[in-house]
Amino acid sequence: MLKKICLLCGITLLAITAVDAQKFFTKTGRIDFNATAPSSPEKIEAVNKTVTCVLDAATGNIQFAVLIKGFTFERALMQEHFNENYLESDKFPKAEFKGAITNNAAVNYSKDGEYAVTVKGKLTLHGETRDVESPGKIAIKGGKISASASFSAVLGDYKVEVPTLVSDKVSKTAKITVACTLEPLKS
Amino acid sequence: MRIPSFFRIFLLVVVGLCLSPVLRAQDDLLSLLGEEKPKKQRVKYAFKSSRVINSHSMEFINPGTMDFRILHRFGSLDQGYKNFFGLDQASMRMSFDFGLLHNLMVGVGRSTYKKEVDAFVKYAPISQSTGPGSSPVTVALVSGITMDGLPWADPTRQNYFTSRLAYYNQLIIGRKFSEALSLQVMPTVVHKNLVQLATDKNDILGLGFGGRLKLSKRMALTWDYTYVLDGLPDGYYNPLSFGLDIETGGHVFQLHVSNAVGMNERAFITETTGQWGQGQVRFGFNLSRMFQLKKPKLD
Repeated sequence: MLKKICLLCGITLLAITAVDAQKFFTKTGRIDFNATAPSSPEKIEAVNKTVTCVLDAATGNIQFAVLIKGFTFERALMQEHFNENYLESDKFPKAEFKGAITNNAAVNYSKDGEYAVTVKGKLTLHGETRDVESPGKIAIKGGKISASASFSAVLGDYKVEVPTLVSDKVSKTAKITVACTLEPLKS
Repeated sequence: MRIPSFFRIFLLVVVGLCLSPVLRAQDDLLSLLGEEKPKKQRVKYAFKSSRVINSHSMEFINPGTMDFRILHRFGSLDQGYKNFFGLDQASMRMSFDFGLLHNLMVGVGRSTYKKEVDAFVKYAPISQSTGPGSSPVTVALVSGITMDGLPWADPTRQNYFTSRLAYYNQLIIGRKFSEALSLQVMPTVVHKNLVQLATDKNDILGLGFGGRLKLSKRMALTWDYTYVLDGLPDGYYNPLSFGLDIETGGHVFQLHVSNAVGMNERAFITETTGQWGQGQVRFGFNLSRMFQLKKPKLD
């Protein structure tokens, strides 16, 4: 009898883990970067549409990676300076975020709906890692998950220098907006 | 109470299973997507500008941009205070360069020296890159034409329009060795349709050398030199320049000292009269302002 119960429990547990281990991903997420100073006559903004993201629905762990060279600016010269002088993309080609949704239990991934979440983790940019916390949104629709968040990063914290010569144009704080549509990851 | 051995194993398994998601949570989720294949990538920003100082550099301006350049060359320093070390006189060239592709650009300019108009096409069949199938160097070709705008030296004889023209063809082989150091060599041939003396050669062969050493993120030391192998008439010398590139947002300032006054290949390779040894060097600057003509769509 004990054996049977144990077996049953074991199988159920395995099944639960299998379902809960569901992971979602994308390689075509989007990040908007904006470091326009209030007085700037020109917009200092860029977009990257090749953001990689993986979300583990079971644990709420979420990770992002993006290539710095993949950011497109309206002005090619800005893009050149962004890569060469500010973020030094040859030395530090990637930016990464590794963290978790702190209120993951509140999200029901098997049902359509929208949830306000808080994401907390570590952002690595320009070779520097800092703690980041941001409010975000998880929307579930037809098995697909939309994850979005918007937060500010103080460039100085990541040792990205803004010379005084351009401080009227380039803000010392960058606004970073993330938007990803995730699909189930078949492992 | 003695726990049956089977139950003990079961407990272990349960504990293990419960822990496994926690353990896996520490894992790198991104690695689940597999390693990204290394891609071929062009090496960019070998020079701050499409010119080292006088010579073309291995660098191209971005496609869709226009580089408006204003070049000044002052009088020679050995004139002393009476001409304020040459600053009382200035020769200039104004030009517009256009980036068409990442490896193709064209430009047109006009110099006060000889009222000369010049134009060129620059194309790189091979770009320095990293990753699979990469090339360690950039190989670029420049082909240009110059047109002398002065009145005919001898109006009494039969003069042809083609006598105003000269051509140059240049091969640039360059490499960005590191973030700081870029070097290039430029075998060049200049052909003049009309030369001054019957003994002067129409074809002048030169071997150019150029380089950049970055001093900081926005400043770099540059130099360029052309060793004329054949065809340089007496009284003319090899052009040698040392400069400092300063980048300030939308502008690049190239300050330098040089024994050359000409600002196109025909002029500075074949008609440099100054000698470094005699103090016949002059201060000069290139100012480059970049305009974005074609903007990519961000949305």
